[in-house]
Amino acid sequence: MSIANKANRLTPYVFMAPAAIILAVALLYPIGYMIYASFLDWSPSQRIGEADFVGLRNYINLMHDAAFRESFWVTVKFAAVVVTLEMFIGVGLALLLDRNIKGMSFLRTIFILPMMIAPIVVGLMWRYMYHPTVGIFNRTLKDWGFEGIPWLSDSTWAFVAVVMADVWQWTPFIFILSLAAMQSLPRSALEAAEIDGASEMQKVIHIKLPLMLPVLIVTLMLRLIDAFKVLEVIMVLTNGGPGLSTEIVAMRIFRTAQEFQELGEAAAMSNTLLMVLMALTIGMFAYNKMQEGRAAKMQAMAAKGTA
Amino acid sequence: MPKIVLEGLVKRYGSFEVLHGIDLEMEEDEFTVFVGPSGCGKSTTLRMIAGLESVTEGEIYIDGKPVSQLEPKARDLAMVFQDYALYPHMNVAKNMSFALRLQRMPKAEIDAKISAVAETLGLTDFLHRKPGELSGGQRQRVAMGRALTRDSGTFLFDEPLSNLDAKLRGQMRAELALMSQRVKKNMIYVTHDQIEAMTLADRIVVMNGGYIQQQGSPEELFKNPANKFVAGFLGMPPMNFLDGEITEKSGEIFVQGQGFCVKLSQQKAEAARAHNGRSVTLGVRPSDLVYDPAAAEDQSLLVSIIVSEYIGAQTVLLCDCGGQKVEVELKSTIPIDRNGQLRFAINPDGVHLFDKKTEIAL
Ligand SMILES: Nc1ncnc2c1ncn2[C@@H]1O[C@H](COP(=O)(O)OP(=O)(O)OP(=O)(O)O)[C@@H](O)[C@H]1O
Ligand SMILES: [Mg+2]
Repeated sequence: MSIANKANRLTPYVFMAPAAIILAVALLYPIGYMIYASFLDWSPSQRIGEADFVGLRNYINLMHDAAFRESFWVTVKFAAVVVTLEMFIGVGLALLLDRNIKGMSFLRTIFILPMMIAPIVVGLMWRYMYHPTVGIFNRTLKDWGFEGIPWLSDSTWAFVAVVMADVWQWTPFIFILSLAAMQSLPRSALEAAEIDGASEMQKVIHIKLPLMLPVLIVTLMLRLIDAFKVLEVIMVLTNGGPGLSTEIVAMRIFRTAQEFQELGEAAAMSNTLLMVLMALTIGMFAYNKMQEGRAAKMQAMAAKGTA
Repeated sequence: MPKIVLEGLVKRYGSFEVLHGIDLEMEEDEFTVFVGPSGCGKSTTLRMIAGLESVTEGEIYIDGKPVSQLEPKARDLAMVFQDYALYPHMNVAKNMSFALRLQRMPKAEIDAKISAVAETLGLTDFLHRKPGELSGGQRQRVAMGRALTRDSGTFLFDEPLSNLDAKLRGQMRAELALMSQRVKKNMIYVTHDQIEAMTLADRIVVMNGGYIQQQGSPEELFKNPANKFVAGFLGMPPMNFLDGEITEKSGEIFVQGQGFCVKLSQQKAEAARAHNGRSVTLGVRPSDLVYDPAAAEDQSLLVSIIVSEYIGAQTVLLCDCGGQKVEVELKSTIPIDRNGQLRFAINPDGVHLFDKKTEIAL
């Protein structure tokens, strides 16, 4: 093989090298470090080399740790509730606002503002609004002659409170993605449905939603993964309390490392969460692959049909 | 079944006017065909009738009722879209039965209808495929099938056969002709195809640049085109146009131009006499030119061949007549002198005269 030829074949690797190095340093190294740490009994006062190797003990401990199981359950509940609510509200809003009225683009911009605010700020903002005496919710309730609600001090209400804050912040994400999906729907199919006698509602059910489904599923996956990792807003709002009622896994990991000084245990928790998220992500990719496979098969069949 | 009337229909996109006042009356159960060059506003007119485009000015009446403010589904029509507009996520059977399913027609009835329509359109083997798995022509047939399963008062077709091969197109045309005789419905049909227009239409509407140029039965339009545009648009090969001038010699009326001087028939002369001396365009279809070496000089054209196109039984000759181009047809078996000059007799009834400037028929 000539030198020029060899150089040609190497070119793509040369271009990929910087990205590969960054990936290795910034992603694989910390993950490897974390996996290694999860096999250690390690406190922050030790250097990593001084920590005792304890094998799978951290993982076994986790399985028997009622608090971790509780926080895992809270996380699943939280993710399921917020993502369901956000999907319904986000897609619903998109369906309502997908029309060419004057000022609509301005309205859409307003709608996506919450997403642009830093999570810590969102947490602080909602904490003031939930304040038992001067917060806007309780003040309004009292003005109307109702009892105030113990937003952040009752375990049930605290869960509702964090759900509301998250829905407020992340519904816009689903809203803009579904709006984009909706605007790329084939206009002519919708016109055909109109001619075929479909009402607005029937168009949504039979045409719009089925055609948006691929985008909606990916959106749902992205949101689900994100919801599993939520931390800042809840930390600022309730710090996991009262009791363990809003202590999601990320919060638990944070506390295990900070308060209990169990770095190995925290690493094991992180890995468990990582595995769950990995399963979700792989699920998402598998779905995408399946879709692509189906499209490819369709094309192959169409090609055969015309041949 | 309803009668459709368009009254002063104007369509503007912003300040850009696409249709400039379309007036049209279609009789009950009439098969109306819109023809015209690309971009002349055929689809726009059809879509306005369907209710998919808003009406800027004017009104559409169906059965005497103004409908321009009504939703498409309130107008009782079925439509074949120029771009098919199939539902990508439904298979062929579901695509065709969508409207029927919305009407909650019993399943057995739907199935019977679908299989009958699929049969006529040759789609039986594709019923379970999605549109993405079909060829262009197959998709177009599905679009057609979707309209034909409907039992609407009015059918709108926007170039429904444009993507089919010649043989299939012929079959479908015959099928449509049969159907329009069998079921009495209003049909409005857009096409570029001369033959479709001529064979299917009760009424042809020729459009150009957002205006109706002429409307009437195929025969009327073919025999008495109102202007040069209509004359040139209908008929294959198209009509020949020769520039000339009306002259009067010893009581007879002639059209005289470069390389020809044609005497008009009694009847044409009556009309032309008043325009003595005017510049005109003489129109004559290739089918009204017959090869006849013995024809009288003032009843014929003397031409020389530029290109000859053999198309089987017929040969089409592109010829030169005093510097102007003329197309003629000839039986391929007739022996001719390709390098010499040929004389073609003009059928005196096939002579059309148009004002050179306004292009309107005299
Ligand atoms: N949404 C639009 N905005 C602006 N102009 C438009 C729009 N839709 C159509 N037009 C213009 O209106 C004119 C008529 O379009 P139309 O689709 O009715 O043509 P057509 O006669 O159906 O042509 P074809 O035979 O190519 O289908 C065209 O000049 C086109 O550019
Ligand atoms: Mg068109």
